[in-house]
Amino acid sequence: MIRRLLVVLAVVFSTAPAFAVNPDEVLADPGLEARARAISAQLRCMVCQNQSIDDSNAELAKDLRLLVRERIVDGDTDAQVMNYIVSRYGEFVLLKPRVNARTILLWAAPLLLAGFASGVLVAVARGTSNRTVVALSDEENAELERLLASKFDGDQSRADAPPLS
Amino acid sequence: MIIEIGHYALILALATALVISVVPVIGARRLDRAMMDVASVGSVTMFALVAFSFAVLTYAHVVSDFSVETVWENSHSLVPLLFKVSGVWGNHEGSMMLWLLILALFSALVAAFGRNLPDTLRANVLAVQAWISVAFILFILLTSNPFMRLDPAPAEGKDLNPVLQDVGLAIHPPLLYLGYVGFSVCFSFAIAALLEGRIDAAWARWVRPWALAAWTFLTLGIAMGSYWAYYELGWGGWWFWDPVENASFMPWLAGTALLHSALVMEKREALKIWTVLLAILTFSLSLMGTFLVRSGVLTSVHAFASDPSRGIFILCILLVFIGGALALFAFRAPLLSAGGLFAPISREGALVLNNLILTVACGTVLTGTLYPLLLETITGDKISVGPPFFNLTFGSLMIPLLIVVPFGPLLAWKRGDLLGAMQRLYVVAGISLVGALAVYYAHHGGPVLAIFGLAAGLYLVFGAIADLWYRAGLGKVAASVAWKRLAGLPRSAFGTALAHAGLGVAVLGIVAVTTFETEHVVKMKPGQTVDAGGYSVRFDGMQPATGPNYSEERGHFIISRGGVAVADVWSSKRVYTARQMPTTEAGIVTFGLSQLYMSLGDPTNDGGIVVRIWWKPFILCIWGGAVIMAIGGFVSLSDRRLRVGAPSRRAKPARPALEPAE
Repeated sequence: MIRRLLVVLAVVFSTAPAFAVNPDEVLADPGLEARARAISAQLRCMVCQNQSIDDSNAELAKDLRLLVRERIVDGDTDAQVMNYIVSRYGEFVLLKPRVNARTILLWAAPLLLAGFASGVLVAVARGTSNRTVVALSDEENAELERLLASKFDGDQSRADAPPLS
Repeated sequence: MIIEIGHYALILALATALVISVVPVIGARRLDRAMMDVASVGSVTMFALVAFSFAVLTYAHVVSDFSVETVWENSHSLVPLLFKVSGVWGNHEGSMMLWLLILALFSALVAAFGRNLPDTLRANVLAVQAWISVAFILFILLTSNPFMRLDPAPAEGKDLNPVLQDVGLAIHPPLLYLGYVGFSVCFSFAIAALLEGRIDAAWARWVRPWALAAWTFLTLGIAMGSYWAYYELGWGGWWFWDPVENASFMPWLAGTALLHSALVMEKREALKIWTVLLAILTFSLSLMGTFLVRSGVLTSVHAFASDPSRGIFILCILLVFIGGALALFAFRAPLLSAGGLFAPISREGALVLNNLILTVACGTVLTGTLYPLLLETITGDKISVGPPFFNLTFGSLMIPLLIVVPFGPLLAWKRGDLLGAMQRLYVVAGISLVGALAVYYAHHGGPVLAIFGLAAGLYLVFGAIADLWYRAGLGKVAASVAWKRLAGLPRSAFGTALAHAGLGVAVLGIVAVTTFETEHVVKMKPGQTVDAGGYSVRFDGMQPATGPNYSEERGHFIISRGGVAVADVWSSKRVYTARQMPTTEAGIVTFGLSQLYMSLGDPTNDGGIVVRIWWKPFILCIWGGAVIMAIGGFVSLSDRRLRVGAPSRRAKPARPALEPAE
């Protein structure tokens, strides 16, 4: 019998009950703390799978949170804090990648997709509009009017009524 | 012995699936009734075999037969019965079995309810279903066999992952798979239509109930998963833009588009080619989602740990089905004749816009999910694409969609009156804005953008009501006449209104929670009180407790308002004995549509404990909205038109109409 790798459903976050910011980390100034929280939500916890450092309770995430707060207290702007963290941990740490040559396709994706889809739509619409629709002749129009007048009371909601079946 | 019989039944199911994959297709070519009938009988037989095999696996879990490897890995004799049963699919092997079971169920349902289908179409559809079944059974038998034995048998199991020991596991995967797999029927119909080279409004009528059912289940499945994550993970979030969530969300977006384009096709015979493509894409996304999660290429918070040998198999399945289907589409789609014409401003036009935005949104989520993977493969650079990216891009795409939604039902088919629709919606928009301002005022501020978000949600709800209102002619004709008309509206009209209103309710919930939520992170000692959301939360102390297979420290909180105690709630930190794995159980109290959410952290040195308390205003609207949408789906599904109105091509003598396409 083949010994297979033991395959377990590994729910990574469950190894540590999620608990992020602790009271002893919180900055006294609510304005600065709010900035720290906003920045933390944009930074990835490097040892977790897909969590921001604001959500994670890993030790490394805590170190990063403290680092962010230190820089803020030292008077860095948000951008400076971000630059500092990226310079130490690389672009991987950013949950919202910066626009550059490598990520331009990612950021442009919605626009490119929308542009492409609209282009196809217009092309198809042009194609179908070439299928000429012959206008009704005067006699046909008159006949139509007569039929409409005789059969319906002109009530608009008719069009939506269920078919009689 | 019984285990081996279950294993054998699965192999028999493979043989049956192989027969259905080939014989009916040849039969459809030769117009041989007997060969085509193999499809129906075979599909029901295959379902019986798979169901038996699944029942055996369930039995092994229920009686805790630890000589079976998957049972040993994922169960324990002390686990409550409910989790023994739901533990069947709480692991890779078992969840593939559940997938297969539902696939076989849908095939059997098509066989049972497809009596009004033309013989060749039914034969081809069931054959395509069987192709999928063959791939899945092979995958299970060759790489993920749940019937593997251990010798000697261990005395005790390794326990089910504690996070999965929840009713959520009993409900969420079956609902989700009913959705995922339900779209396989649409896929099979699309492939069969391409094989036959013929498609018309009748096709859309047959496909729509399946798309609607799948969409409804997927909506419920996603909502259930979101609520489960919310209460189980203990950090109060309800959507993480995690690859696994995206994997379920993309088929939902594409499926929503499919539902709407099939409507155009059914009513006006337009958008045929597009609808076929969407049917293919929706199921392709389901397949991709199912497999990406298991292939180990994506990092996710709830990824299945994986075996690299599966990766190649998975890649082959994806290539064959998605690549094959798209190639077939490229060859055969030009054969399909174009359908009815319509002006840009019309209900068709609105639905095309809906499709445009939904597919672009789906494409954006897909790009965001796969981009880090592709970039790393090509350049070796590692980047992350997380919630801030998705919130920004997906959010911006949803704004125009939300504005357009109420217009759709108000515009006439073929050529609509935009001005008329706008005049009707002016009032709706006005009322919504006033309502949003009132809510905003009542909550004493928050970001100003909240007003527009709330107004958008209310606008959807009132827009849906306005649609029914105008259709019934309320306010224009005598009340009794209007009432009769309202009662006479087709069920599908109510389904549409409910689904659109549900979307609005969900938007309200999302906006309210993101803008008005408050959070308190505090050290608490017994007797201490914290104010949150107008309630005061008193911590009463910790006490130990034990459950059947865990021990826990429970914190007791007393919630009061204006000095009167209104609720008490327990929040706990559990350790599951078998795996020595800690989890948190959040304490949640519901007040109307809002909730207080309490989660315990680490004890402090001075005898206190860290507590996180959130006030989540109107959070139940998020899932409530999804449930309303699903109810809309069921109501629409009950429309008699879907049952009795389907045109029957079979009424004519079959032979002349059924020339092979090639």
